[in-house]
Amino acid sequence: MAKATVSLAGRDILDLESFSVEEINLVLQTAAEMKKIMKRDIKKVPSLRGKSIINLFYEPSTRTRTSFELAGKYLGADVVNITTSTSSVVKGECLRDTILTVQSMCCDAIVMRHPIEGAAVYAADVAKPVIINAGDGAHAHPSQGLLDMFTLREKGLKDLNGKKMVILGDILYSRVARTNIAAWNKMGADVHVAGPRPLMPYAVESLGVTYHKRIEEAIEGADVIDVLRIQLERQKSGLFPSPREYARIFGLNEARLKLAKPDCVVLHPGPMNRGLEISWDVGYCDQAAIRDEVQNGVAVRMALLFLTLTGGKQIEAAN
Amino acid sequence: MKLLIKNGRVVDPSQKLDEICDVLVADGKIAKVEKNITDKADETYDAAGKVVAPGFIDMHTHLREPGLEAKESIRTGTMAAAAGGITTIACMPNTKPAISTSIVVSGIKERAAKEGYVNVEVIGSISKDEEGKELAEMGDMLEKGAVAFSDDGHYVYSSRLLMNAAKYMTSFDAPLISHSIESELNADGYMHEGAVSAKIGVPGVPSVAEDIAVARDVLVAGYTGAHIHIAHVASKGAADIIRQAKAKGYPVTAEVTVHHLTLTDEACMSYSTATRVSPPLRSQDHVDAMRAALLDGTIDMIVTDHAPHAPEEKDVEFRKAPNGFCGLETAVGVVLTDLYHKNVLTLEQVVDKMSCSPARIFNLKGGTLKAGSPADITILDLDKVWTVDSKKFYTVGKVTPFEGKQCKGKAVATVVAGKFVMKDGAVCEK
Repeated sequence: MAKATVSLAGRDILDLESFSVEEINLVLQTAAEMKKIMKRDIKKVPSLRGKSIINLFYEPSTRTRTSFELAGKYLGADVVNITTSTSSVVKGECLRDTILTVQSMCCDAIVMRHPIEGAAVYAADVAKPVIINAGDGAHAHPSQGLLDMFTLREKGLKDLNGKKMVILGDILYSRVARTNIAAWNKMGADVHVAGPRPLMPYAVESLGVTYHKRIEEAIEGADVIDVLRIQLERQKSGLFPSPREYARIFGLNEARLKLAKPDCVVLHPGPMNRGLEISWDVGYCDQAAIRDEVQNGVAVRMALLFLTLTGGKQIEAAN
Repeated sequence: MKLLIKNGRVVDPSQKLDEICDVLVADGKIAKVEKNITDKADETYDAAGKVVAPGFIDMHTHLREPGLEAKESIRTGTMAAAAGGITTIACMPNTKPAISTSIVVSGIKERAAKEGYVNVEVIGSISKDEEGKELAEMGDMLEKGAVAFSDDGHYVYSSRLLMNAAKYMTSFDAPLISHSIESELNADGYMHEGAVSAKIGVPGVPSVAEDIAVARDVLVAGYTGAHIHIAHVASKGAADIIRQAKAKGYPVTAEVTVHHLTLTDEACMSYSTATRVSPPLRSQDHVDAMRAALLDGTIDMIVTDHAPHAPEEKDVEFRKAPNGFCGLETAVGVVLTDLYHKNVLTLEQVVDKMSCSPARIFNLKGGTLKAGSPADITILDLDKVWTVDSKKFYTVGKVTPFEGKQCKGKAVATVVAGKFVMKDGAVCEK
C-alpha cells in the first residue's frame, strides 16, 4: 500500500487541476484495494465508522449519488441523502445557509452536486467539513475523471503518456470533458476533441486539445474514445439541427470505431442516449468499458472518502 | 461664506492650467484662481503637496432609489461619491418605478437636494418603464431637469424604437445613452467568452454581442443626427466601430468604466460574484484596446458604473448573482494607481476624462475651475498609500472586485458648491 508521502487528509476535492500526479496515483492505488473489499462476500469494513457523510444533490443523479452512498456505507460511515427538491431549498434557503445547517449537524463530508459552475468552490469556502464535488455545472467532476483513469488502468492503459485520447460531443457544457482534459494532459496524453462547433468552447484549443472538424479524423489511431452524453435540450436551443443528423455525422458507430486502434477503449459517463451519440452495437461491444466505469465509480469514491476523512492511516485495517 | 484653498497644484485642463496657485471660493462659486491670493476667507485649506482639480463627474451611477433601497439610496450613494472625490453623479433610470416620468425626475432632484451630499443629475428612460416598447415622455422629463436618456441595463432591442427616440431627441438636443449589448447573444452568458470561460465552464457572452449592438447604435446616430453616447464600452470591436463612426463625423461619444480599464476575466477564475458585471470583464487584449481608445479620443470619459446590490444578492452561486458592483469609492484610487502611476494616463488626462470631458459632452455646469463656475472641487493626494477595505465604504452594496487592492493616490477632500462634503476620507455631516 502507498506509504503516505502524499496525503489527501482533510482536502476538499473540487477538481483534478489541483491534483498532483502522485495524488492521482494514491487515489487509484487505494481504489484498487477498495475494489477488493467490494468484491467480498461481506462488503463492509469499519474504516469510516463514526463518520457521517451527507449527499447534497441539487440535480438528479442515479449513478453518482448511489455510488457515493454505497461507498460510504461499505466503509461503515453513516450516509444521509438530501435531495433539494424535498428540502428547505424549495423554501428559498440560500446555499450558504444550507451548507451551514448541514455542517451544524457535525457531518464530516459533504458530497455536493450542483448545476452551477463554482458552487463546490463556494461551498468549500463556506464549510469546514470536507467538500467533495460530485459535479458543478460545466466545471468539474473529479470522481468521474478518477474512475475513468482507474478503468483505463484496468484495461491495460497504465501509462497515458503519448496516448491518443479522444473526447466526442458536447465539450462546451461538459464537466466530464473539462475534468478529463485536465487530468489526461497532466498524465502526458495527447488529447483530441471533435463535435459540432456550437458545442465547443470558443477558445477550445486553449484547453490543451486538438480540435477536429470531423470525428473520423479525431478517432483515427485513438487509444481511448470518451463519448459524452448529448443533452436533448441542446438541440432545442438550436446548437445542432436534429438528433438524426447528429447521430449520422457526429455519432460513434462501429464503422467509425474501426478507425481507432483495435484495442481502443470506449468510455461514456452515462446515461447513454443509444442511437444518438453512441450506436446500439458500440455501447455493448467488448471495447466499451461503460459498465466497468460504474463499478469502478464505487471503488474510486470509497478511496476518496477514505483518503480525505482518514488520511489513509487505517488502510491496513481496511485490508 | 468664503473658502480659500492655498498652495495646491491646480490642474484644470479646461483652461490649460497646471501650476501651484490658490483657489478662492465665494458663495458656492469659484471667485478666482491665482497665485498668492490674500483675500480674507472664512476657512482656509492648506493644499500644499496636493492636486486641486475641478470636481469629478461620474455619468454612470445607480442610486437605486426609488424602490431598491436595499441596494443603495440617494443619501448613501451620494455619501459614497463624496467619499470617493466625485462631486456630480448621473443616476441611471432602472429604479422601481423606473425614471420614466417627470414626477420621478422631480422627486429624485428634490430628495437629492435635501439628502444628497453631491450633485445628482438624472437620466430618464428612453422607453416607458424601460420595457423597450413605447417612448417615455422624454420632453417632460427634460423640462424637469433630466440630462440624458437611457434604458440602461437593457439594450433597446427594437431598432424602430431607437430610431424614433433618436429622431425625437433631435428636437431637444439631449443625448441618448445606449447599453449596447445584443440581448439574445447576451442572454445565456455570465462572463466574457474566451479562454477563461472555456476553462472554468461558465457560459460566456461573445464580445461580438457588444460589437453588433454598437454598430447599430452608431449607424442610428449617423442616420438621424442624434447624439448617441455608448455606455461602458468594453470590447475592442466596439471601440473600432466607434472610432470609425467618429471619423465619419457621426454624433457619437463613449465612456469606459474603471474596471474595464484595469481588470481582466482572469478575475473570474475564483468564481467570485464580485466579478459579475455587464459587459463582462474581458481579456487583456480588450483591456489594452480600451486604454488605446481612451488615449486617442475614441472614448471620451471614465465612469464607474457604480451598481451596488444587497449583500444577500451577491452571496450566491456565480450564475445566480446580479451584474454589477460598487465603484464610487474605488474609482479615483484605482485610476491613479493603475493608470496614472503606471504612465498610461497623465494627470491632465485623468482630470479631463473624469471631469472636463463629461461636463463638456453632457453640457453640465461643472468640470472647470473658471471664475463663476460652481465651486465643485476634488483634492487629490497622488501619493497616499491605502488599501481598499469595503467595510469602510459608505455605499450599501459593498461588494467590489478591488477588495484588498493596494492603491497609491486618493481623493482627500471633496468640495461641492463651496462646502466640504469630505475631508480625509470622512464624509462631513450635513
